[in-house]
Amino acid sequence: MASQYKIVVGLEIHVHLATRTKIFCGCELVYGDTANTHVCPVCLGMPGSLPVMNKKALEFSILTGLALNCAIAPFTKWDRKSYYYPDLPKNYQISQYDLPFSEHGYIEIPAGDGSNKKIGIIRAHLEEDAGKNTHTLGNFSAVDLNRAGTPLLEIVTEPDMNTPEEVGALARELQRIVRFLGVSEADMQKGHMRFEPNVNLHIERDGQVFKTPISEVKNLNSFRAIERSVAYEAQRQYAEFLETGKTLQMGNKRTYGWDDAKQMTVLQREKEEAHDYRYFPDPDLVPVEVDDAWLNEIKSRLCELPLQMQNRFVSEYGLSDYDAGVLTADRATAEFFDTAVKLGADAKRVCNLLTQTGLKLANEKGVTVNQLGIGPEQLVQLAKMADAGDISATAATTIFEEMAVTGGDPMQIAEQKNLIQKSDTGEIESLVDQVLAENAQAVEDAKSNPKKAKKAMGFLMGQVMQKSKGQANPKIVSQILNKKLK
Amino acid sequence: MATKIDEAQVRRVALLGRLELSDEEVTQFSGQLSAIVEYIEKLNELHTDGVEPLAHCLPVHNVLREDVPRPSLSNEAALANAPEREDEYFKVPKILDDNSGA
Ligand SMILES: [Zn+2]
Repeated sequence: MASQYKIVVGLEIHVHLATRTKIFCGCELVYGDTANTHVCPVCLGMPGSLPVMNKKALEFSILTGLALNCAIAPFTKWDRKSYYYPDLPKNYQISQYDLPFSEHGYIEIPAGDGSNKKIGIIRAHLEEDAGKNTHTLGNFSAVDLNRAGTPLLEIVTEPDMNTPEEVGALARELQRIVRFLGVSEADMQKGHMRFEPNVNLHIERDGQVFKTPISEVKNLNSFRAIERSVAYEAQRQYAEFLETGKTLQMGNKRTYGWDDAKQMTVLQREKEEAHDYRYFPDPDLVPVEVDDAWLNEIKSRLCELPLQMQNRFVSEYGLSDYDAGVLTADRATAEFFDTAVKLGADAKRVCNLLTQTGLKLANEKGVTVNQLGIGPEQLVQLAKMADAGDISATAATTIFEEMAVTGGDPMQIAEQKNLIQKSDTGEIESLVDQVLAENAQAVEDAKSNPKKAKKAMGFLMGQVMQKSKGQANPKIVSQILNKKLK
Repeated sequence: MATKIDEAQVRRVALLGRLELSDEEVTQFSGQLSAIVEYIEKLNELHTDGVEPLAHCLPVHNVLREDVPRPSLSNEAALANAPEREDEYFKVPKILDDNSGA
């Protein structure tokens, strides 16, 4: 087979913004409440009602646009996108057509080999979400409009992704970014984030490049599903191309749904429907002008982005990329860690404490690590105690757990629980002497039998620790043993 | 007089607007809509070169609301005008082409 192909993927992404109220009315956004209890004349599309823009929704959008390196338009407006649908009570969706609030940006994603890849952002605009057709009753559907009017950020990327993993990486990175910014809960299961990949192949054959028809894939509710659907589409399109030779043409884009049970894409619409959205400026909403003062104020709310932080933890603090990734999964953990290191704790030590104990405790309590009742200063103290050998690594975990319960001081807890290791050389030396006297054979092996030396040394070490009831500082025990067995 | 909006266009607009029109209405609206378009065409006589497109007819911008919840309607009030309901839901004919999720 002389042909080779390249996968080409662009994403259309919808993100629910975590405002308290809807985009154009004061109805509270509550997930999973009784149907049609968070609705008013505006979001029900009653004649005569008038929408008023939620300032925070716009600011959250601009903040995200800035984080995605987009140019923020000084002038933006609202348009009506007309289509008839029962979950869209006005029969049009308020969206942004020709003057979106932001465009021409990029997002950096981890390429998997330690480097970053830039994926272009064509535009990001703000619109309202529709309601939900919750279930089908024979020939009828039940409609819940609690979701109608949820502020929705639509982000469209350039077709810059070339592997299923890159598509997954972008989805995960965007989730991390919007969570860091605090603009969305970004829970895919709850539909806070929806990803629709547009997939096709560039197939090289006999020195010519053939492009397969584009598939848009819907109904993806996990990162795994995103990756698998792209991989599946690539395979399916290649097989189809070999069979039919069909290539990309105007109007032959198709829509597929992802069937998670069967792990395959299923054709939904053969042709792009002749949608005619008849966009026009919404006369009910006046335009928005974003001046420099306002823009700068929003800019001041930007934080260090997760990928930059992850890279910094690797380059400055010497963490592995994996550990740095775990710590930067959420902003609270990342900042807590960063503060502790800046206060003088050893990075690797704090990292272990947080990833092995802190995150587990936080998870059990359903809080973030900074809400465990432990300040970064106390964590630094605990880390330093472990570094100095005052406590063992196991004891550090026990003390951490106790601190989360009582909020107590690590040194006090260590003393109360009798977890301080003995570092008194005189005392340890006498224990070592006793052990050496009682184990002549092991001493002999350790000194002059290279085959058994390591094992004998371990045995003697264990005997000393036992005699000290586990309280001797192993580092010092080993120093003394080594000195005496030379 | 050539019709500006022929009957096929009327039928298409009616379909997009989910309106059921009789043949007589199609003929009637074709004539009426054509007359309206013809009237509006007078605007083409104006020279608009160098004039910025108008985004809104009011010289007003940034009418914004703080993100503070206000009371919603009760479920009963929300469904009061619904032709049909099922428990707390609006009941509508089943949708074949499910395009939900905007
Ligand atoms: Zn409302």
